Amino acid sequence: MRRAVISAALAALLAAGVATAARAQDETPKLPRERWSFSGPFGALDLAAAQRGFQVYNDVCAACHSMNLLHYRDLSGIGLTEEQIKAVAASKTYDIIGDDGQPTTRPGTPADVFKAPYPNEKAAAASFGGSYPPDQSVLVNAREGGPDYIYAILTGYTDPPPGFKLAEGLYYNEYFPGHQIHMPQPLHDDQVTYADGTKATVDQMSHDLTTFLYWTANPEEVQRKQIGWRMVLFFGMMAGLTYAWKRQMWSGLH
Amino acid sequence: MIGLHKSTMKNPVIRWIDSRMPIFSMMQNEYGAFPTPRNFNYFWNFGALAMVMLMIMIITGVLLAMNYTPRADLAFDSVQRIMRDVNYGWMIRYIHQNGGSMFFIVVYIHIFRGLDYGSYKYPRELLWMTGVILLLVMMATAFMGYVLPWGQMSYWGATVITNLFSAIPLVGQSIVTWLWGGFSVDNPTLQRFFSLHYLLPFIIVGVVFLHVVALHITGSNNPLGIEPKGPQDTIPFHPYYTIKDSFGLCVFLTLYAAIVFFAPNYLGDPNNFIPANPLQTPADIVPEWYFLPFYAILRSVPDKLGGVVLMFGSILVLFVIPWLDTSPVRSARFRPLYRPFIFVLVASVIVLGMVGAHHPEGIWVILGRVGTAYYFLHFLVIMPLFGVIERPLPLPESISRPVLRPPGAGGGPLPGGATAKPMDKA
Amino acid sequence: MAETSAATVAMHGEPDTGKRDFLQLVTVAGAAIAVGAIAWPLLDYMNPSKDVLALSSVEQDLTPIAEGSGITVMWRGKPIFVRHRTPTEIKEAQDTPLSQLIEPQPDSERVKAGHAQWIVLIGICTHLGCIPLGNKPTDPRGDYGGWFCPCHGSQYDTSGRVRHGPAPLNLFVPPYAFSSDTKIKIG
Repeated sequence: MRRAVISAALAALLAAGVATAARAQDETPKLPRERWSFSGPFGALDLAAAQRGFQVYNDVCAACHSMNLLHYRDLSGIGLTEEQIKAVAASKTYDIIGDDGQPTTRPGTPADVFKAPYPNEKAAAASFGGSYPPDQSVLVNAREGGPDYIYAILTGYTDPPPGFKLAEGLYYNEYFPGHQIHMPQPLHDDQVTYADGTKATVDQMSHDLTTFLYWTANPEEVQRKQIGWRMVLFFGMMAGLTYAWKRQMWSGLH
Repeated sequence: MIGLHKSTMKNPVIRWIDSRMPIFSMMQNEYGAFPTPRNFNYFWNFGALAMVMLMIMIITGVLLAMNYTPRADLAFDSVQRIMRDVNYGWMIRYIHQNGGSMFFIVVYIHIFRGLDYGSYKYPRELLWMTGVILLLVMMATAFMGYVLPWGQMSYWGATVITNLFSAIPLVGQSIVTWLWGGFSVDNPTLQRFFSLHYLLPFIIVGVVFLHVVALHITGSNNPLGIEPKGPQDTIPFHPYYTIKDSFGLCVFLTLYAAIVFFAPNYLGDPNNFIPANPLQTPADIVPEWYFLPFYAILRSVPDKLGGVVLMFGSILVLFVIPWLDTSPVRSARFRPLYRPFIFVLVASVIVLGMVGAHHPEGIWVILGRVGTAYYFLHFLVIMPLFGVIERPLPLPESISRPVLRPPGAGGGPLPGGATAKPMDKA
Repeated sequence: MAETSAATVAMHGEPDTGKRDFLQLVTVAGAAIAVGAIAWPLLDYMNPSKDVLALSSVEQDLTPIAEGSGITVMWRGKPIFVRHRTPTEIKEAQDTPLSQLIEPQPDSERVKAGHAQWIVLIGICTHLGCIPLGNKPTDPRGDYGGWFCPCHGSQYDTSGRVRHGPAPLNLFVPPYAFSSDTKIKIG
């Protein structure tokens, strides 16, 4: 009787498992698994890649995509010096109200939020046929698959397969759900001249940009993992010590 | 002297305080010398872990509230400011966010212990019922807390669940409008959810106090389900269970730290990194994992009101299980017919959880209905029936002498070799 | 039902004291370290955050400030007076004998070397905290040509030193530096 009941329970679990596997068979192909400097419990940020990625963001993406949660001063997190940060900030202009009460402009400072390409979401959407280019501050975390997904989208532009009906104003992308994406292919070979001389292929730029975007979404990651190791090892050690003490204390009971 | 407590404390300052407000004596009695069954297993750690989780959630929550702005246009950004600009803000936020999950893991295991060992049975009915109240208040708190970051899932989860109340006949829609403070989930809803999310944990503290009072009147249950007969069956809570709870706490914190520092968003939903957009519904509206079984029960009934009734019913039924279970035997260790069904119940809740995470299509619909049916069958049919038809195993004589006496054997302290009666008074 | 610990010991035996001292010491020390290590982030959380610190210094361009005139700039929530002194005002400030001062302090200690024409002060009266008048040439400046506090009549000279009470101290000088001849960074 008991065996029958347990078998029934296991069967139900198995059925659920099988169903899950079947369900995973989706239209969109599996994401290519990239190697990231920040992956895994020992992950660290490749600062050079992040800086190149910032250059790609600044030169290409910032024309359409905002980065509203970052300030220029945050760029010290990818290794930019105070001078470099001031220069980047100063290259942007901000609208302010002057002392005479009239609208005027001023150059940016490190304390400023990243300059957005459009004054608000509606203006941005209006420029792209009603489709809003999403803010990129936490985009990597906002998509299933995270950095692998972003990288796949950036490198996934191909010609549509024969017979595929591509709607007007949309572009075919291998990994975008439904395959029809509003954004035209953003990166092309040698579009950017990297300051450190690395060859700017689409693959390289996609990799660097994704590293940068991962950092913008998770700036605390490196510190978090370092503290994490100390915490886990410390509590593990305390677990060992308290266990020994407990065994000792309880051994007196008969 | 009139009115002063007779304190046995040695230190004169402590004695002075204690004779006017016997908090030290109380601590000594309730957590120092308190006689506790000597045969606890590690399932008995989880009540203490729940208390620690409550403290952690309150401390991190109060800190977060110093920097959070409960306004629809500012909430999302205020959370990001905590993550980026506030010193250790990311850590406090991740501890709080994952602490919700850890709290439910601890409480669900704590409840499982109650079911498996019959801790809800006489005389601990009120202990159990205060526990169910705690579960309900915890769920309300967690639900409102998840709305506060004002992401897509915050907004749409709030919309779906508050809309459920419209199923109530006649007054349903009015109730929903009243809950919202408007005509959809919007700023008034967010602001009142913040206020209530801050309040309810302190209600939980109050009910926990009642829960512990109820426990200390009856004393703890134990894995054998038989009452302690005398001091030979118990040990003082301190130092034996203080050290055991400390060990359990360290193991728990190791797991908790691993999640917070290495996979802080694993239990969450990527959609909540998108600011709430009333004009765009996410492809899948899914609650946090600890609500998934109840979500599955809700969706397993085609009728809206039916689904709501069954979902709330699945928790309300817990209130009455002290009376649904007819068995004279407390611990399921000695109930060979019934015990496997507890594991079927656990399996069905897990399956329901998986159902809740998927679109209600194909096999998931069937599994959802089977799981829901079994859930209610277990409490409403199996519990009352099996207590009557089952032949329980013979109970041990006492906690300190767990060797079983076959019925009819002679000798021993009790005349006629009688075994201990089930559910004896201590 | 509470038992005395003697009865407990008789019943269950003494909890083993054996090697307990070292193990106990290490474990309790570990717990103490944990408490300290956890307390620090909770306290630091309430320290000024990065965005507050980013606004904790202010740069001010000096070119629009005419000789004899001054402006008020906000820094860390406080008004800062930046005044462009005339040569007469500078000489008055430098030549005042210290014995005549309520809080003796030479003018050279209150300005930056080579930039004596600029006086930068926290514009809060040291009596009870009102904001003195005197930046604009048309403002009442008191008998010493500096600032005059309308609340209780305190008067300050062209170096911001108190010359007539009830204020007890000179106007405070905030931390500042010249990033160029025409720009200062306060804080």
